[in-house]
Amino acid sequence: MDRKQNGGQEYLLNISGLTVQYKTDDAIVHAVNDLDLKLGKGETVGLVGETGAGKTTLALSILRLLPERVGQIVSGSIQYDGDELLTLPEAEMLGLRGKRISMIFQDPMTSLDPTKTVGEQILEVLDLHFPEMTKAEKNKRVDEMMRLVGIMPERKGNFPHEFSGGMKQRIVIAMALVAEPELLLADEPTTALDVTIQAQILELMRQLKDQFNTSVVLITHDLGVVAEFCDSVSVVYSGRVVEYGTVEQLFKREENHPYTTGLFNCIPDLSDKQPRLRPIPGHMADPRIIQKGCCFADRCEYATDRCRAEQPRMYVRDGHGIMCFRYEGKEG
Amino acid sequence: MAWVKYALKRLLMLIPVIVCVTFFLFLILSYSSQNLAYQLLGEDATEAQIAAKEAEMGLDKPILVRYGEYMLGVVKMDFGKSWINGEDVLARFSNRLPNTLRLSALAMLFAISVGVPLGIGSAIKQYSLLDYGSMFVAMLLFSMPAFWLGTMCQILFCLTLHWLPTSGADSWMHFILPMLILGANTMATMIRMSRTSMLDVIRQDYIRTARAKGASSGKVILHHALRNSLIPVVTQIGVSFAGTIAGAVVTENIFAIPGVGTLLINAVKARDVPVVLGTVIFVAIIVGVINLIVDLFCAVIDPRIDLES
Repeated sequence: MDRKQNGGQEYLLNISGLTVQYKTDDAIVHAVNDLDLKLGKGETVGLVGETGAGKTTLALSILRLLPERVGQIVSGSIQYDGDELLTLPEAEMLGLRGKRISMIFQDPMTSLDPTKTVGEQILEVLDLHFPEMTKAEKNKRVDEMMRLVGIMPERKGNFPHEFSGGMKQRIVIAMALVAEPELLLADEPTTALDVTIQAQILELMRQLKDQFNTSVVLITHDLGVVAEFCDSVSVVYSGRVVEYGTVEQLFKREENHPYTTGLFNCIPDLSDKQPRLRPIPGHMADPRIIQKGCCFADRCEYATDRCRAEQPRMYVRDGHGIMCFRYEGKEG
Repeated sequence: MAWVKYALKRLLMLIPVIVCVTFFLFLILSYSSQNLAYQLLGEDATEAQIAAKEAEMGLDKPILVRYGEYMLGVVKMDFGKSWINGEDVLARFSNRLPNTLRLSALAMLFAISVGVPLGIGSAIKQYSLLDYGSMFVAMLLFSMPAFWLGTMCQILFCLTLHWLPTSGADSWMHFILPMLILGANTMATMIRMSRTSMLDVIRQDYIRTARAKGASSGKVILHHALRNSLIPVVTQIGVSFAGTIAGAVVTENIFAIPGVGTLLINAVKARDVPVVLGTVIFVAIIVGVINLIVDLFCAVIDPRIDLES
């Protein structure tokens, strides 16, 4: 499944066959199943899917921050810049988190420590990863970063509760980017914000991404955000990537996985004559049960007996992969 | 200096509290001490003698007048004299206070310094031996009342093993057992509170954020989780301190420590109204001040608390 757009160049992030389970008292939840994802340097990939598809679990797996005891990476590999993250000693993971890979969480209201000033919280990243910097240098860097995200450095002595939601998310972004990481995992960074603030935050992330040449995994359920922000897209369903390709390939809407088509049909279109949106019927399969066959078969209008019995593989043409039997033999 | 203003406001708010407390107490006590002069003088007293004694004690005046006179005295720091032995209430109270304060402070210190680390440790190492062990201890201490536990320990450590003195307050040895008994219940509360609080905090999003920044588990606990988890614990300390002062009444009586608790019990038994009133006023003030200190401390560790509004 080599994507040709990257040529012979090494991937920054190469996830293959990742399987993650949550073990609870009464069941095993199959959150991520045999998932593949590749990301080149400076590239931005959108991870799209509905709630519960396993997007956040994937991001937490990369940082190895799954809830202890409960969340377990069963198999697979996460290659990051030549290192296998799943077997890396915890001490080396500490040096990676926040410095080379950082993460923006969904809810800015709860992701900042209420008892520390925002300045201290940004500074903490520098304290952790750049012991060689002097105090003055670090403070200067914090001021710079705050200015970059559009918050006056004079406010660094304020506590999180003294900021609005949008401003908190700016602080979180400042915190995530102050060490100039190579990879940013943005987990629905705009979902908790209202639409005007969403646009501002996305614009800010785009600027900073270009400035620092950061690779981004943007987790979202909003196809509009993907179209605007990403180079490539992976559509996640039931813990699997069911379709991937460049934004152009997916948004052409000529060849798509039936699930992706369903997602597109859920977006209101002003030019469309169709008076009603067409939601995807049914619900996502129960993640506690391992399914035989295609994970989308129960909700798919094209499903055949074969779909219910056999797991389709990824059919790839020109770097556009679709996990559906309808594209069998159409590979190029 | 927002906190000075806040502290003054809170201290002023103590005044109506004390007025209310004393008024109800005054009412109850005066109805329950109606034949007091007769009881004090004995069966042989004549009507005239009883009337004279009542006049001396001020019992012949209407209750509201007596209350007014008493409160006027309180404002002038005159809490009256004991009806039983004529001693000055203030002098007697200040004589007893150090023992009670020492006992309560020691008990709280013991409860906090053992209970909070145990609770926090149990939360960090959830489902470990430490966790199960301290939960068991907490449950045990909760279920044993101080008067029973105190008596049992007294029998074991003082009368059978002779490790510690049975009663009195002459040396620090005398305070060891009372401190443990009085602090036991609070310690159980501290274990449970700090464990629950820490368990809640380490599941918060900002803890995950801190870990995503690259902080080790130890640093995350120390820099982020600890302070946040202590906020409800400190509030609980204020409540528990008031409970400890009240509990001192029982503990002091078990170990015959001459403190405010024994003073109060004896005064109640003897219907010595001025001593009861004076003691209750002082205890109310002490509890109020301790709660104020705790609230100020809460504002120090939790920046979201705004003392001005």
